[in-house]
Amino acid sequence: MSYNVSNLLYLITIVTFILALRYLSNPAHARRGNQIGAVGMLIAVVVTWVKTGGTSWWALALGMLLGGGFGAVAARRVKMTAMPQMVALFNGVGGGAAALIALAELHRILPEPGRPKIDIAAAIALSGLIGSISFAGSMVAFAKLQELIKGRPITYPGQKVGNLLLLGACAALGVTLVAGVQAQWLLWAIVAGAALFGVLFVLPIGGADMPVVISLLNAFTGLAVAVGGFELENNVLIVSGMLVGASGTFLTMMMGKAMNRSITNVLFGAFGQVTAEAAAVAAGDGGTVRSASAEDVAVMLAYAHKVVFVPGYGLAVAQAQHDVRQLADLLETKGVEVSYAIHPVAGRMPGHMNVLLAEANVPYPQLKEMDDANGEFPRTDVAVVVGANDVVNPDARNNKSSPIYGMPILNVDDAQAVVVLKRSMNPGFAGIENPLFYNPKTVMLFGDAKASIVKLIQDVKTL
Amino acid sequence: MSHGTLLVFEVTILVLAIFLGFEVISKVPTLLHTPLMSGTNAIHGIVVVGAMLVLGLGHKGPFMWVIGFLAVVLGSANVVGGFVVTDRMLEMFKKREPAKQVDASQNGKGA
Repeated sequence: MSYNVSNLLYLITIVTFILALRYLSNPAHARRGNQIGAVGMLIAVVVTWVKTGGTSWWALALGMLLGGGFGAVAARRVKMTAMPQMVALFNGVGGGAAALIALAELHRILPEPGRPKIDIAAAIALSGLIGSISFAGSMVAFAKLQELIKGRPITYPGQKVGNLLLLGACAALGVTLVAGVQAQWLLWAIVAGAALFGVLFVLPIGGADMPVVISLLNAFTGLAVAVGGFELENNVLIVSGMLVGASGTFLTMMMGKAMNRSITNVLFGAFGQVTAEAAAVAAGDGGTVRSASAEDVAVMLAYAHKVVFVPGYGLAVAQAQHDVRQLADLLETKGVEVSYAIHPVAGRMPGHMNVLLAEANVPYPQLKEMDDANGEFPRTDVAVVVGANDVVNPDARNNKSSPIYGMPILNVDDAQAVVVLKRSMNPGFAGIENPLFYNPKTVMLFGDAKASIVKLIQDVKTL
Repeated sequence: MSHGTLLVFEVTILVLAIFLGFEVISKVPTLLHTPLMSGTNAIHGIVVVGAMLVLGLGHKGPFMWVIGFLAVVLGSANVVGGFVVTDRMLEMFKKREPAKQVDASQNGKGA
């Protein structure tokens, strides 16, 4: 297949990818978009297959069967709650592939009489570097989310300086390579150093900030792939990779905004280490906690006009999405208006909570984004907080010393009454005290979220 | 086409792709940010094309073969896993079961 024909066919692939992203603007036809993208990917694979001219076809087939088989099985089996780590994993392997391609390309062009073209050498060094960071970083993110290693930030003295030196060393090796030193070991050192950097860079980031990290690493992999396109002089890699790079960067910035924190603060702040001062302030204005029985709460809900559920990751952990939807349906039959208020960073990934509720057949028009939801709280009778903590913490508005001060939150305390379903008084994932629990409007319903909801359903039914 | 000309073309489309990416993504509602992430994740699986080229074209001993093979395995996992996961998620987003057409923001059936 000639260079021009294959590039024209690759253009079809590029168009399908753009359509796939475009179709995501509306949940009604988003799925079709994804399928169009998959067809585009198939076209690219077939074109490339033909391009390779049948040499080592069996190795290609075997490789694709192995990788594709693993991908398909893992993607089918994964629970929706575990989606973030699955995305991290697939993201990591993509970055790893980009780094491997860089290693192979350098091996192919060396030794070059004179020296390798500067742009090719630069592309090789960069995609090796970025791909490797993305691979190792994603694997650590995966391990943290899968709870193979501790989610809390891991810090040690000299961490930032050490990381910076390591990255600088990798960059210096890259420059050496581009300057024309023809040695394969240079790239191996870059890849190894970058992998180490990826690990050290993600380790200190707390579990609650993982969504931002995954989003950023997604952008990294996209970038590594785009740069890989320069090595191989391949347009489809450049455009597709850069689309992903741009979108990942955009998402990362949006999430930073949703938490009112700069990306540097997320990445280097080791968030989630509670400062003694903030804890003292939070504990100081203590007050009393009121707890209620399921019967009391059932009465509150059944005689309300409007109930808003505020789900957090705790809901997903308890696998209570389906029960919450049942409770909501039951309340609707009693004439109660029900909606769900979703904070942009609820869950372990941007928009994660929406996916989990959609899985439980909650119709998506009931899922309210933060600004809409906050407009509705003042005319809400009962706000039911299920497994959410930081995203409803009034300290974000009032307590300047709180680590989450300034983060936009769901103003559940604007509602007439707040019910918080919680296992115990332990602070949440980020380890921050929440004065909402001491608010006179608030009643606590202690216990496992799922068990509590099931109890509520029974009690509402008997009313 | 000389190498320099090609490079300029490549840089041009790279820059255009950045703007296109921002443009397209800014229209995606927060509701669909997780599928967006996993969908773009599937798209960078296009790296498998590069891996196939390395394995299928370049022949310079077993080293490249092993590296290329590994890259194909990783890239294929990225592609297939990415698209399948995204499809599973998007499949779940439904409006309302046909029985009840009332918009959710209004009252339900009434007691």
